[in-house]
Amino acid sequence: MADSAQITELNSAGTQYQEIDSLLSKNKNYKEGFFTTTTVETFAKGLDEATVRAISAKKNEPEWMLNFRLKAFNHWLTMEEPHWAKLLYVPLDYQEYSYYSAPECSACDGSADSAENEIDPEVAKAFAELGVPLTGDDSNVAVDAIFDSISVSTTKREDLLELGIIFCSFSEAVHDYPELVQKYMGTVVPYHDNFFAALNSAVASDGTFVYIPENVRCPLDLSTYFRINEAKTGQFERTIVVADKGSYVSYLEGCSAPARDTYQLHAAVVEVVVLEDAEVKYSTVQNWYPGDDDCQGGILNFVTKRGICEGKNSKLSWTQAETGSAITWKYPSCILKGDNSIGEFYSVALTNRRQQADTGTKMIHIGKNTSSTIIAKGLSAGRSENTYRGLVKILPSADGARNFTQCDSMLIGNQCGAHTFPYIEVENATAQVEHEATTSRIGDDQLFYCKQRGISEQDAISMIVNGFCKDVLSELPLEFAQEAEELLSLSLEGSVG
Amino acid sequence: MLLKVENLQAKIDEKQILKGLNLEVKAGEVHAIMGPNGAGKSTLASVLAGRDDYEVTAGTVDFDGEDLLELAPDERARKGLFLAFQYPVEIPGVSNKLFMQTALNGVRAEQGLPPLDMFDFDEYAKDKIELLDMRADLLERSVNVGFSGGEKKRNDIFQMALLAPKLCILDETDSGLDIDALGLVANGINTLRSPDRGFIVVTHYQRLLNYIKPDHVHVLYNGQIIKSGGFELVHELEEFGYDGIVQKHEQAQ
Repeated sequence: MADSAQITELNSAGTQYQEIDSLLSKNKNYKEGFFTTTTVETFAKGLDEATVRAISAKKNEPEWMLNFRLKAFNHWLTMEEPHWAKLLYVPLDYQEYSYYSAPECSACDGSADSAENEIDPEVAKAFAELGVPLTGDDSNVAVDAIFDSISVSTTKREDLLELGIIFCSFSEAVHDYPELVQKYMGTVVPYHDNFFAALNSAVASDGTFVYIPENVRCPLDLSTYFRINEAKTGQFERTIVVADKGSYVSYLEGCSAPARDTYQLHAAVVEVVVLEDAEVKYSTVQNWYPGDDDCQGGILNFVTKRGICEGKNSKLSWTQAETGSAITWKYPSCILKGDNSIGEFYSVALTNRRQQADTGTKMIHIGKNTSSTIIAKGLSAGRSENTYRGLVKILPSADGARNFTQCDSMLIGNQCGAHTFPYIEVENATAQVEHEATTSRIGDDQLFYCKQRGISEQDAISMIVNGFCKDVLSELPLEFAQEAEELLSLSLEGSVG
Repeated sequence: MLLKVENLQAKIDEKQILKGLNLEVKAGEVHAIMGPNGAGKSTLASVLAGRDDYEVTAGTVDFDGEDLLELAPDERARKGLFLAFQYPVEIPGVSNKLFMQTALNGVRAEQGLPPLDMFDFDEYAKDKIELLDMRADLLERSVNVGFSGGEKKRNDIFQMALLAPKLCILDETDSGLDIDALGLVANGINTLRSPDRGFIVVTHYQRLLNYIKPDHVHVLYNGQIIKSGGFELVHELEEFGYDGIVQKHEQAQ
């Protein structure tokens, strides 16, 4: 039995929005748009089996890893680029990208001894400018910093190791913890899962590996900062987070890229495994370069994020604030296999100008008494298209499963679109599924009302937008919530310099 | 002089609405602007508040020594011009507290006063909530969301009480109010009357005016004030209707 799918579409219409439109059409201030000049080693453009072998060789990988890549690459060759999402883009020419780029004076061999003093000073400067603490002075967070294809620094790893926590780059994990990597890699997102996951499995650059041992509560937020610098390169990060029985970790990721006039490709795979009684909180602030006014040169963001609540009473929570990228294709999902396991998805997606986002989640209920919550807020401004696409699937085994979904869209101006595609498939009669959806818009009436009370236009927009997103932003760790609020304001910024 | 409007002309979408309007309001005075539908009452309120759907084509407006028409809408508000809306707007997810604390601190900054923190603000707002008999959880609720028509109007008067403006313009605040809400709104307005504050009460009916007792009453017709008088003019209107006064005006011309 499939109960499905109420599909709503709303396009804003009307002429009363000239003021907001002119405000939004002005250039956005993308402060992360600077470019770092340093000596780099970048592969020539193009992708074939030799490229895959060369990446693997560059990283001195063991044979099992090379075999994984080759298997994925050969499968990828048989696949077709997906175009089912509500995203318009010309098919990509995968031969036009470079699949490996790394600052040269950093330890490019991927060996474990890439100590912090070897960081290219220009790269260090870039991260300092981005506010990413590479010196380890910040006591509340440990950072893995990834620059194009490689991890350049991972802070606090020794302190964490004393607790048995493994926090290192993916490349290092392949060398230092091959059993763990082989045990979990591809178990949540198999190499043949989808086109972009297969591509990632073939040419994976770097990413983060996290393992929290049994009954350890990670005392710090673990964080990865992804930076794409080199033009016409792809970043294909591979991140694995494993929370063993009874453990807890809060993991954050942030990202940015220089302002470029050609598209850059980002195809990531994230796998999260949560065992019995464990909890993982995974937060993302995505601020990839969105491109110019027509979104030329922005990041094409095709991401597969999925976690499995493997054990009883486990919990996985995804929170995302998506403001960047020309195109976003991303559905962080939870497979709720363990009985009583909990999946959560809190999302704010803001699109402006000609950005397109098709994002949402999948909650797959397998275990008994599993529950999931989805709160998705979509904001569309300018001439952008913003789509929520979600699946709630209750399998026959999931007695007593519950889902609550709330899906709100806000339109800013009259040339944008908001779309909602909630799919619900229920195969167990004891399930309870709730779905709420609203659409609203910031109109000139709201703005004038605020201004008549003495509130400036910029403050009014940011107040209205943040009010709309409050339920989601409150799920982010404090510093991230502030950053997200600022990003929302900044992404809508027009007249105030 | 708090407000001096001279020969004000304004149009919307090429349609001339105000056709040379004159009005003077001193601090301490309450002026009622009455008139039939389409006379330009709401246009006058909107133009004074700075709504940019309207284009001012001629005339001047002096507000407490400044050229009002040169000021942006939020500047006008911070300098003490308040408009109670005919249709107060809903803002989901934004609490009345955040909204009014931001607004009030904007006004205070303009006056060179330090901002109120949330505790001081709560204290300051308490009496005003009681004055308008607003629900106790008002400050935590989203601005006007889920409010009845009457509650929205009362919320506007509550905001007026918080901001303590120099000039209060009420645009058909009485429309859609039942008798109890009308009493609360009128009581709120009367409480705010003071020698250093002026009022312009725009209305179609005399109901509210019976509670407020304005000092001056003006009849607006076809974009101009055609007759001014004291409170007795309200009774004249009651007796003869707008038609009677309009006819006399047209015969005189």
